[in-house]
Amino acid sequence: MGTEENLKQLPLDDLHKAANARFGGFAGWSMPITYPLGVMKEHLHTREKVGLFDISHMQLFDVAGADAAALLSRACPLDAAALQTGQSKYTFFLNDEAGILDDLIVTRLGNEHFMVVANAGNAAVDEAHLRGVAKGFDCEIDALDRVFLAIQGPEAVNVLRDAGIAGIDLAFMHGFEPKPGWFMSRSGYTGEDGFEIGFPEADARALVKRLLADDRVAWVGLAARDSLRLEAGLCLHGHDITPDYDPVDAGLLWAITKPVREAAGFIGAEALLAKIATGSTKKRVGLKPEGRQPVRTDAELFDADGTKIGLVTSGGFGPSAGFPVAMGYVSKDLSALGSKVFAEVRGNRIPVEIHSLPFTPHRYHKG
Amino acid sequence: MAATYFTEDHEWVRVENDIATVGITDHAQDQLGDLVFVQLPDVGQSLSKGDPTVVVESVKAASDVYAPVDGEVTEVNDATTSDPSLVNSAAASDGWLWKMKLSNPDQLTGLLDEAGYKAIIG
Repeated sequence: MGTEENLKQLPLDDLHKAANARFGGFAGWSMPITYPLGVMKEHLHTREKVGLFDISHMQLFDVAGADAAALLSRACPLDAAALQTGQSKYTFFLNDEAGILDDLIVTRLGNEHFMVVANAGNAAVDEAHLRGVAKGFDCEIDALDRVFLAIQGPEAVNVLRDAGIAGIDLAFMHGFEPKPGWFMSRSGYTGEDGFEIGFPEADARALVKRLLADDRVAWVGLAARDSLRLEAGLCLHGHDITPDYDPVDAGLLWAITKPVREAAGFIGAEALLAKIATGSTKKRVGLKPEGRQPVRTDAELFDADGTKIGLVTSGGFGPSAGFPVAMGYVSKDLSALGSKVFAEVRGNRIPVEIHSLPFTPHRYHKG
Repeated sequence: MAATYFTEDHEWVRVENDIATVGITDHAQDQLGDLVFVQLPDVGQSLSKGDPTVVVESVKAASDVYAPVDGEVTEVNDATTSDPSLVNSAAASDGWLWKMKLSNPDQLTGLLDEAGYKAIIG
């Protein structure tokens, strides 16, 4: 986080200013937090129609070369060679202790060609990590300079069709390069159907202009992006997953296939396998506070006897759920759905129920 | 004759006789965004100027509303707890938060008038 003065500006900053966005700092970038519609309506609009998000703070890495698959299978708990061309996979960079350095989406674009999408806050760490691992591998890593937009919501496919965008018949978690300099995937961070497109600034400006002329489309800021992903039970790196948590703690082992675990060729494999054998003492869970009062990040969680048993890692209000929603870690013995714990908020202990994730059902296009 | 005062913390204070009605300004509600939770004080609670008295929570964050002067809470606006968006839609009227009996009316002279408040928010 920097001060206002040294925050990086998005390439489309002028468009957000023209849309009267309110800005705030996030991961070193000056980001549109809300637009005049407001977080509540922006959130609901995304679930009903289409939200347009500028996520150019995220980093695209093009990884190409004879050893590209081998590199990614070393850097991530992933069998990159087993991905079909066009297939995307949610994965991680782990450290030697299997702590989560970042979560990523890797898409296979060709035999020796992959796209990696990483989080803004970790872009520099990720690049250094990947380049460090890449020594001795025959491949090129290119940090791309792109505008990156997310078009999310049940009408996203129709809106893009009407805007003349090809490739909208993609299935969820698939991606490709529709034209030189473009990367497009059917994916997102809202729990809704949708697309993410990375492309050159001039192309992005042209598409934004067409999209905003469509009544179904509204700019949606970072505040609603956060409430949407929290309702969808999706982790925010730096909060819900950090190097202090491994995929076992985080309940994200589903993202690491059994053959990948058994081959143990990725960084952090030894620690991860040991953790799988012993099990975790804690578990990431959904949390539903009783009543209307939100429970926020870093609120401590207690059992009925007043013993500290966990921590809230994300929390706020769920506009679609209609009640406060949160996510966090609790000790395993209190992690069963329906268990009751207590969150400390300004000196009071608020009853909180362990709730299933997501809070709002996913509506992905499985194809 | 009611007089309205403002604070640098974005509260408004409307005084009739020795009862002050307190709320947050329209500028404050606009900055906070959509409110989802309001926690009011207890009637009878004794307040000193500067005490955190009400908590308003938006989708993103929690904020305190401070007592602008000394006094005792005489009434709270329960309509804001059942519908926090009332504070967004009518911050300066139906979205008032609490009423208090002034114990030190001289403190009012230290508050801002409307022109002074407008100068602060620019």
